Amino acid sequence: MSEIENRIEQFKDDLDFFDDELEKYEYIVDLGKKVKDINEDLKSDQFLVQGCTSLVWLVPEYKDGKIFFKGTSEAIIVKGLVHIMISIFSDNSPKDLIEFDTKKLDELKLKEIITPNRQSGLAGMLAKIISYAKEYDGKA
Amino acid sequence: MLRERFPYFNNSKNIYLDNAATTQKLDSSIEVMNEYYFNYCSNTHRSSFGDANEATKKYEDVREIIKEYINAKKNEEIIFTKGVSESINFIANSFGVKFDTVIISSLEHHSNIVPWHMQGRSLHKGLEVVKCNENLEFDIDHFEKLLKENSNALVSITHISNAFGVIHDIKEITRLAHKYNTPVLIDGAQSLAHKKIDIQDIDCDFFAFSSHKTFGPTGVGGVYIKEKYLSQIDAYQTGGATISDVSYERSILLDSPYKFEAGTQNIAGVIGFGEVIKWLDEVDFNQIEIHEEDIYEYLHNELSKIPNIIIYNHPEDAIGSKSFNIKGIHHDDIGVLLDKQNIAIRVGHHCAQPIMKELGIKGTIRVSIAFYNTKEDIDIFIKALKKAIDILGE
Repeated sequence: MSEIENRIEQFKDDLDFFDDELEKYEYIVDLGKKVKDINEDLKSDQFLVQGCTSLVWLVPEYKDGKIFFKGTSEAIIVKGLVHIMISIFSDNSPKDLIEFDTKKLDELKLKEIITPNRQSGLAGMLAKIISYAKEYDGKA
Repeated sequence: MLRERFPYFNNSKNIYLDNAATTQKLDSSIEVMNEYYFNYCSNTHRSSFGDANEATKKYEDVREIIKEYINAKKNEEIIFTKGVSESINFIANSFGVKFDTVIISSLEHHSNIVPWHMQGRSLHKGLEVVKCNENLEFDIDHFEKLLKENSNALVSITHISNAFGVIHDIKEITRLAHKYNTPVLIDGAQSLAHKKIDIQDIDCDFFAFSSHKTFGPTGVGGVYIKEKYLSQIDAYQTGGATISDVSYERSILLDSPYKFEAGTQNIAGVIGFGEVIKWLDEVDFNQIEIHEEDIYEYLHNELSKIPNIIIYNHPEDAIGSKSFNIKGIHHDDIGVLLDKQNIAIRVGHHCAQPIMKELGIKGTIRVSIAFYNTKEDIDIFIKALKKAIDILGE
């Protein structure tokens, strides 16, 4: 199992702990509260994620052959989703991200609890992460 | 109880407070649509066998029912469309395009903004917007100034704001516009669910109305056109059932309403809508209005007790929709957590982005009631709202 898959498994265990959907959301909100805000100058179109109902920014940092992400959103629940995504995908090589089978993210079953609008936002975050990986893969 | 006539409430676990988006459907409205499809499904105004005649009669009966209900003078003044958006687009393209200026209010739905932009108009270039004050009240003095400055204008204004519930005094607006020989189109999308409409009293020239926001099926609505304008309105679409004679040289159109209803119409939908209007005519609408105003005021009072709430209008001269935000909390977050507690409301810009921008916000939390809502609905909603705020707060 890859490091990315390990992290997905951890979040899956955490989410599965809650039977009630509202409790799952409370957990996601708590994750959102942990997300540190990013500098205002990083909240630009360059880092904006397409497809989200609330504004989301994902900022990459390339260091020692690996990509690290930080990000935020104007809505706390989406911030929680940002936290999940950057926790799963940070500290991996561009190649690991490009080769990641994105269907494995479905194991989190987020599609069962988040609205169709937010599902496209999640897909937008994933697309942004992969596009950053491709950008840095060329530079590696 | 009137609420029992709406099957949704027996079948859904939701507390339904999204009536400005669409209302729930009257049981007999659904039944007459089924009856059409089960028993006499045929096209109207074409074939002449028994079932087709029955379909045509039922369809045309609805025109008469609506004419009577809104107190229009003639059946020809009632044109069926697929809804208010199509009604406004129709009048915009077939009549509004002839005017130098279109005057709208600050509280319009996109349906009464975008069609004018599509004509190449923009603010102060063929499009003027009447200001409102901080309580979203219509600035009648600014309106009159715009009427004075624009001698070749059409007024196109909403009756009840979908986003905020603010009621415009459309009788006074029409009176003032007519003083300057300016015709008036009213967006009545939210009207029939909340108010009894008397077209002769209002005296507007066009009135767009919706079925699905009036307890009837989706995909149906209409527009009232004052008789004197019928000959000045061009057909918006043409095709089947709009013509009296066609050759390769020319087409001769029928008179209103047929020339305006191209192609096979939403026959079942019109019949279902007619059933709703018949029912509304039979119930005590005064009692409906009193009950709804009572619930609306109760909603306002209960919301006012919530700490850090920003309510964007007050109950006076408003009905249906109530928009608010909670300081420091994004409206989307509230929407999600209310949904998870089975509360159906809407969050966002409510198809009214310009006024949201003027208010410096991206959206609101909108609760929109109808007469079948109860104080118990409001109590459950308030409890769920408090729970959401508790989860989202620091």
